[in-house]
Formats: sequence, C-alpha cells, structure tokens
Amino acid sequence: MSDDLWLLLTIVGCGLATFALRLSFIVGGAQIKPGRRIKAVLGYVPPAVLAALIAPEILVRQGSIDFGLDNPRLLAGAVAVAVAFFSRSVLATIACGLIALWAAQRMI
Amino acid sequence: MNDGGARWAHLEGAGWQQELAAGVRIELPLLLGVVPFGLVYGVLGLQAGLPAWAVIAMSSVLFGGSSQVVFAQLWGAQVPAAVIGATVGVVNLRHVLYSASVAQFLSELSWRWKLLLAYLLTDEAYVAAIGRLSFGPAGAMRHWFLFGTGFTLWFGWQLATVAGVLIGATIPAAWALDFSIALTFIALLVPALRRRSEFVAAAVAASVALLAQGMPHKLWIMAAALAGMLAGMACRRYDGSPAA
Repeated sequence: MSDDLWLLLTIVGCGLATFALRLSFIVGGAQIKPGRRIKAVLGYVPPAVLAALIAPEILVRQGSIDFGLDNPRLLAGAVAVAVAFFSRSVLATIACGLIALWAAQRMI
Repeated sequence: MNDGGARWAHLEGAGWQQELAAGVRIELPLLLGVVPFGLVYGVLGLQAGLPAWAVIAMSSVLFGGSSQVVFAQLWGAQVPAAVIGATVGVVNLRHVLYSASVAQFLSELSWRWKLLLAYLLTDEAYVAAIGRLSFGPAGAMRHWFLFGTGFTLWFGWQLATVAGVLIGATIPAAWALDFSIALTFIALLVPALRRRSEFVAAAVAASVALLAQGMPHKLWIMAAALAGMLAGMACRRYDGSPAA
C-alpha cells in the first residue's frame, strides 16, 4: 500500500473516531445521561492533555529536561502563563509569548 | 456562561434566519484566536512532513485543532497508525461531554441534523452556543444557533488552514512559529484551571510527559493524559465545593 493511501486511511479513521465521540450522546438519546463519575473523568481530559503537550515544548531542550533560566522557551512560557491568566485572551497570549521568546533568544 | 435569560430574550419566537445570524455573530470574535491557530497548524503540518492535501483534508475530516497538531507530530515521527488513532481519540475524548450536554436540545431533530451538528461540534462552537441553548428561549429553531456557531468556526478553520499551507514555506524558521502551538495550548489551559484537582491533573500530566519522553511511538502523550485524569479523579474530594 502506498504511503499516501495509508495516510488518507489513517486520517479518515481518526476522523470517524472523533465524529463518533461527538455523535455519541446526540444519537444515544437525551434520556441516557453520563454518570457523575464519567463526567468527572472527562472533565479532566482538557487540563491533562493540554499540560502534557505544553510541558515538553517548553522544558525539553536538545533531548533533555532544562529548568535553567537560560532556557528561552521556559521564560517565554512563563510570560505566556501570566498573560493568559490576566488577559484570558488567546491572541494576546500568543503575541506576548512569541515576543518574549524572540527577546529571550536575543539576550541569552 | 452564567448569562441569564434576559440576554437571549430577543430570540423569543425567532425564525431560523435570526437564530443563524445570532450564532454567527457570537462566534466571530472567537475566530481571532482560532485563525492564528489554523495558520500555524497549516505551517507545522507541512514542516512535519505531511503533503499539502493531507494538511488541508485533515481540517475537514478530523476538524479538531489540537488533535490535528498531534496527528501531524505523530505522523512525522513515524508512529504506527493504531497508536495515532488511539492518541487522537484520547485528545478528543472531551467531545463526549459536549455531546451529552447539547443532546437534550437536539432530541427532536431529524437524523440529518443530528449528524451535521455532531460533525460541527467543537470546543469553540460549544462554548459559544451553550449559553443560548441553556438559558435562552426554547424556540423550535434554536438548533440554527448552534449551526451558526459551528459553521462559522468550520469556515474560519478551513480558510486559516489553506492560508497556512500557502504561506508556510515563506516563513523563516527563526520566527519559531512552532512555539505558538504551545502558546495556544497555554491560552486554553490557564483559564480552564479553576479547581485544585484540575491543577493536580495538569501537574501530574506535565510531569509524566517529561519523565516518559523516552517511551516509543510518543506513547508518553497517552500515558501523561491518562495519569493526569486519574490524578484529578483521586484529588476530587479536596476541591472546595462539591464537584460539578
């Protein structure tokens, strides 16, 4: 099988799985409600997934964990967390984080 | 999302055009955050080694920003398809919550509507529509509001992706645009952390993600997500108020 076909099938498979998740209760009927425990578990998906994706992006540098103050991505990440906390704006967070990263890369 | 009914009083007895327009209008400001994300996804998808058609196709077939970024990273790292599917499934698990939440408002609709609205159900469409659905008048045309939010987001996402693919090659690597994905995730994560157990879930997930980097096939994403969810559940009783 060619790489392109395999890629297409993987995308379609992921798409169908995601569609099934979105469709689940809409078709399962309004009568069936998820239990409290299920709801609670699913509520932790966003914080867990997002934190898992963020941490290596800002802390792994050339293959090893770097908590040093000379890690530009760590500094920029800290700025972004502060901006996100106070502004609650996606755009402001991206803009300030990128500017902080460029500034840190110049200075360090 | 604690808007009272008064905010939606003008939709009392509204026709489908009014509901649709109101949905589009409330979604538009959210595109400010979504369009840069789509641009960056388009750029990064190409950098990860995906062909342009796949980057663009994914935006309509998969239609979920963070899962598309994860897909591109995993495909670029030559992870087996089954692991990609499972990881994307975990990243998108939260949609089950949205599905359960909007189901009660869509129960009278035809199959076709249900399929369409399920396909368009994303974080941003849900967040924008749930206030009107929960607190606004129970009009027969209110599904058009949800369609308005979902379609607006869909359209903005497709345009942003195509634009990202087109300009991708011209953006210098020194701009470190890949970092804006992490920044987008930070912007989504920080306001979502309200309870202690959510902090614990995020902290445990981040730690496991760092410590498990050596796992094959980027399985650390799933390991970290599942560990974070379990940790959050375990700490639920330490939240101040009863868990929602």
